[in-house]
Amino acid sequence: MAIIYIDDKPHQADAKQNLLHACLSLGFNLPYFCWHPALGSVGACRQCAVKQFRTPDDKHGHLVMACMIPAVEGTRISIHDPEAVAFRAGIIEGMMQNHPHDCPVCDEGGECHLQDMTVMTGHNYRRYDFPKRTFRNQYLGPFVNHEMNRCIQCYRCVRFYREYAGGNDFNVFGIRNTAYFGRYQDGVLESEFAGNLDEVCPTGVFTDATHKHHYTRKWDLQFAPSVCVHCGLGCNISPGERYGTLRRIVNRYHGDINGYFLCDRGRHGSEFVNSDQRIRQARLRRNGQLQAVSKAEALEHIRQVLTSSSRVIGIGSPRASLEANFALRAAVGERNFFAGIFQRELRLLNRVLDVLRNGLAPAASLREMENSDAVLVLGEDVTNYAPRMALSLRQSVRQGPMAMADKLKIPHWLDHSVRELAQDSKGPLFIASIAATRLDDVASETYHAAPDELARLGFAVAHKLDDNAPAVSGLTLEQTALAERIAQALRSARQPLIVSGLSCHSTAVISAAANIAQALRRTGQPSRVTFTVPECNSVGLALLGGRPLEDAFAAVRNRAADTVIVLENDLYRRASVQDVDALLLGAKHVIVLDHLTNATSTKAELVLPAATFAESDGTLVNNEARAQRFFQTFVPQPDVQESWRWLRDAIIASGRQDFAAWENLDHVIASMAVEVPALAAASKAAPDATFRMSGAKVPRQPERYSGRTAMLANIDLSEPKPPDDPDSPLSFSMEGSPDQPPSPLIPFAWSPGWNSYQAWNKFQEEIAGPLRGGNPGVPLVEAAAQPQQEYVRDVPAPFQPGDGEWLIVPFYHIFGSEELSIHSHGVKQLSPGAYLAMNDKDAERARLRPEDRIEFTIAAISYQAALKVRADLPQGIAAIPAGIEPLQGIQLPDWSRIVRVA
Amino acid sequence: MLTPEERQEIEAELPRYPQKQAVCIDAMKIVQRHRGWVSDESIRDIAELLGMSADDLDGVATFYNLIHRKPVGRHVILLCNSVSCWIMGYERLHQRLCKRLGVQFGETTSDERFTLLPIVCLGTCDHAPALMIGNDLHVDVTPDSMDQVLENYR
Ligand code: SF4
Ligand code: SF4
Ligand code: FES
Ligand code: FES
Repeated sequence: MAIIYIDDKPHQADAKQNLLHACLSLGFNLPYFCWHPALGSVGACRQCAVKQFRTPDDKHGHLVMACMIPAVEGTRISIHDPEAVAFRAGIIEGMMQNHPHDCPVCDEGGECHLQDMTVMTGHNYRRYDFPKRTFRNQYLGPFVNHEMNRCIQCYRCVRFYREYAGGNDFNVFGIRNTAYFGRYQDGVLESEFAGNLDEVCPTGVFTDATHKHHYTRKWDLQFAPSVCVHCGLGCNISPGERYGTLRRIVNRYHGDINGYFLCDRGRHGSEFVNSDQRIRQARLRRNGQLQAVSKAEALEHIRQVLTSSSRVIGIGSPRASLEANFALRAAVGERNFFAGIFQRELRLLNRVLDVLRNGLAPAASLREMENSDAVLVLGEDVTNYAPRMALSLRQSVRQGPMAMADKLKIPHWLDHSVRELAQDSKGPLFIASIAATRLDDVASETYHAAPDELARLGFAVAHKLDDNAPAVSGLTLEQTALAERIAQALRSARQPLIVSGLSCHSTAVISAAANIAQALRRTGQPSRVTFTVPECNSVGLALLGGRPLEDAFAAVRNRAADTVIVLENDLYRRASVQDVDALLLGAKHVIVLDHLTNATSTKAELVLPAATFAESDGTLVNNEARAQRFFQTFVPQPDVQESWRWLRDAIIASGRQDFAAWENLDHVIASMAVEVPALAAASKAAPDATFRMSGAKVPRQPERYSGRTAMLANIDLSEPKPPDDPDSPLSFSMEGSPDQPPSPLIPFAWSPGWNSYQAWNKFQEEIAGPLRGGNPGVPLVEAAAQPQQEYVRDVPAPFQPGDGEWLIVPFYHIFGSEELSIHSHGVKQLSPGAYLAMNDKDAERARLRPEDRIEFTIAAISYQAALKVRADLPQGIAAIPAGIEPLQGIQLPDWSRIVRVA
Repeated sequence: MLTPEERQEIEAELPRYPQKQAVCIDAMKIVQRHRGWVSDESIRDIAELLGMSADDLDGVATFYNLIHRKPVGRHVILLCNSVSCWIMGYERLHQRLCKRLGVQFGETTSDERFTLLPIVCLGTCDHAPALMIGNDLHVDVTPDSMDQVLENYR
C-alpha cells in the first residue's frame, strides 16, 4: 500500500497498480478507453489524462496518462485540474469526429462506455461539421454483429481477441483514421470467446447478433443474478428478459470464476428458453396421445398414480438444481432415488470429490489458474469441455515470463511492455490429451495418446517427483523423458497446477492427477488441482448421492418398480434406445418433468412443464464444489413452475400434507440441509427470501424500466400488480432498494454515470478484485486437515491397439455436444455433424478414405457416420462427437470394429 | 498460387531472419514486383508459406501504403503531400493531376496507365514539390513540367 495524493487529499493505493486503477478503485470517475481491467494498460487512447505534480510545491504540473503511471508512494495528481479536464474533453471530441450520430439505432445505446465517457467529460456539443469516414461491415458469424463506423480505435478488440484469447483470424488493418478492425475476409470468427467483443468494445462496433432479432435496451430488460447451465464451471451470468422472452445473456462479474468473460456457448446457448419445443402446459396421455391438461388435472392424475402404486422410483439429473433433485428424492424416498447418470460417471465424480476432500491440493478457481506458473493438463480438451477454463489457462502461460518483467521492474499491468519482453516465451504448459486441442498453440509441449497412456504418463510424473509414488513399467523413452520434463517444471514452479477431469472417462487419469498432487505435497511443493465435470450440477448430484442409472433400468426390468418419475433428463442422450425403451415402456406409469420436448418426454404418460433456469431459482454446484444460487429472471406462463414445486405438489397430492410446509425455496433448502448434511452449506450460497435492504427488496429492473403501464394495456387497461416472489429477496419491479445488494444478489451492473459493463468497477472491493463482501458461492467440500498419504497404485497397462477393433472415445464440441445450447440457432450452425475420426495410418491400413460412410457397433447397436481422418489421433483410437445426433446414448469408451457401409 | 520464381525468391530471404514471419514484407514486395499488386489469394499463399494467418499478414500489408492490395496502373504516381511540398505548391500539382487523369487519390485511370497515390515526405524537401513515378524521382515540379514528364510514361 502507498499513500498517493489526489487533488491534495491523501488516499491509500496499491503501489503495484497504476494510477487509473487506483483512482477507479477509490471510486473516482476518471474516463478511459484502451485500458481494461483484465487487459492492462497500453496508453493508446489518451483519455485517462491527469495532472501530475513532482512535489507539493509544484504548481505547474504536467499531463500524464493515469493508466501508465505507477501509484507509488507520494504520487501527487489532480483529476480536476482545468487543463486535464480540457484535455480529456478534447480527446473525446477528437474521437467523436468520425463517430456517427446513431445512438438511437445503435444496440450499444444505453449501455455504451463511449456514451458514458462522453457525458463524463462534458463534451456535449459537436462542432465537427464535415464528412465522416465510413467502412464496409463484415459478416463475422452468428454471434457477433459488426458496425465499423462506430470505432474509436481503442484497440481493445484486437488486444482481447489476439493477445488475451489467442485468436489469429482477426486483426487491425490499415492505418490512421481508417484503421479497420475485423477479418481479412468475411467469415465466422473462430475464437470460442468472440462473443466477449460485445462487452470488450466500448462502442457499438461489436454487438450481440443474436440479441438483434428481438432487441431491447438494457434499461428495459428485467435481470436476475444467474448461473450458466451449459457446462460444469458455473460462470455467473446476467440474463435479460422482456415481454416473457429471454433476450440475451451477458457476463456477470465473478472474481474467482468467469471474471469479465464468458464462452460463446454460455453467452449464446440459452435460446432454448424461448424454443417452440418448450413444454408450457402439462400433457397427459389419453388414447395414446399426449394432450394438454390443466394443472389440477395433472395433479389429480399424479394423485391416482402415486396412491395406487407402491413402487415409485425417481431419476434425477445433473442439469437440474439441487433443490429439484432433492425434492424428487423426498418424493420417492432415498432408496428409490437414482442419480440419473451411469455408475461409470458417478464413480468418476466421486473420485474427483475424494481428491478434493482429501486436501492433497486445494481446488483452483479459474482466477487461481491464471496465476499458476506451471500447468499440466492431463486428459482434457478444455476448450470444448469446460470452455471458459481455456481462457484462464491461456493467461497462465504468461506467469513464467512475468518473472523476467519482475527482474526488470516492469509492472504486470504495463501490458505491451511485458508482452514485448516476453516475445514468444511462455509456459510451461504441458497438454497431454487424446488428440490436438485448441490450446495447443500456447502449450510448451503436447502429447497425444490413449487415455491409459495419458494416465501412465501422469503416474510416471508422480514417480519422478517422489520415489515413493508407484513406478510405471514399460514406458517408452519418449514418455520417460517427457515425464521428467514435466516433473522438473512442476517442481520448480511457485504455484503448479494439475488440470484433469471427466472428459476421457478414465478413473486412472484422475488418479494419476491425484498422485501428482500427492507427490508434490509430499515433497513440500504445494500445488493446486482442477477437475472438469460434464454438467452444471454434476457435482451437486454426486454430493446428493443416489443410485446409478443402470440400477433404475434393472429395477423396472425386475419389476421392483412400476412407476418412474424422470426429472429434467433426456435418458436417450445417456443410454441406448433399447435400455431406455425397456424402462419407459416397461414401467406402468412414467412421469416426466422437463422444459423441452425430447425423446424421453414424448414417451411419458404425464409431462409436467418445468421452469428453465431463467424462470426458476435453485442451487448449482460447480466443478470446484462451489454452491451458487441462480435466481429467476422472469415469471413464466402460469402452468410452468419449478420442478421442486411440481414435486412438492405431487407429494402433497399423494397425501403427505406435511409437505405443504415447503412454501418457498428456503424451506426446501432448510429441509435439504437437515436430510443431506453434505449439502447443508448450500443454504449460505445467497441471502434467503427474507433478506431486505433498508426494508426493501432488490429490484430486478433498472430504474428507467419503461412502459410498465403500457405493456399489458392490450389485455387490461389497469396496470397489474408486479408478481410476488416468495422465493427470493428480489422483486419483479424497478421499485426496491437503491443500495448495492450483496454479491450473490446483483442482477445487473449499473451505477450512476456508468451504464455499460464497466460499471462492475463500482461493485468491486478493488478493480478486477473480488466483489464487495466476497464473490458469490460457498464451498461444499471441506478439505481434510490431514490428507491421507496413500498413493493410488493401480497403474494401467500400456494401451494395446485392437486387432481390427478401435477404442471409440467421445470428443466434446463446445458447439453441439451440450443438450440445451444446441437449440440456439448459432450454436446449431457451428456444431459439427456426426462423424467418426481415426488416425490416417489406421485409415490407410483399413482401406478407408475420408468421407466414407462407416459403421461401428456398441452394445449390439450399430451406428453410421462419415469418416474423418486426423493425423493427431493416436493409432488404435477412434473418436465420435459426443451428444450429437444420431450418435447419442452410446456409452463410451468402448471397442468396436469399423467397417465401410456398402 | 505463388509461381516457382516467387517462391524461390521468398525462400532465399528466409535464412536471413530468425523467424519466418520476419520475411513477410519482403515476400509481399517480391510478389508485387512480379504482379504489380498483392491479391487476396497471394496474401493467403504467402501467409501459408510463412506460417501466419491471412489476417496476420493482411494487417501488415494494409499498414504500408506501398503494398498495393488492389491492381494498379502501369505507372504509379506517388505525389508528396507532406509539409515542404505542401508549402511549395503540392495543391496545384494535385489539382492538375486529378483533372488531367480524371482520377482521385487511390484511383487508376480507365486506360490503366496511371494510379495516383499520396505519399509522405520523399526526403527531397530542398527540391519541393516532388513526386515519384515508378522508381523515378521528379523534383521542383510545376504543373506544366509535370505535364511533360507524364508524357514519358506510356
Ligand atoms: S472496434 Fe471497438 S474495441 Fe475495437 S478499436 Fe474500435 S472501438 Fe475499440
Ligand atoms: S464456460 Fe461453461 S459455465 Fe462458463 S459460460 Fe461457458 S458454458 Fe457457461
Ligand atoms: S486508458 Fe489510459 S491512455 Fe487509454
Ligand atoms: S515534404 Fe515532400 S519531399 Fe519532403
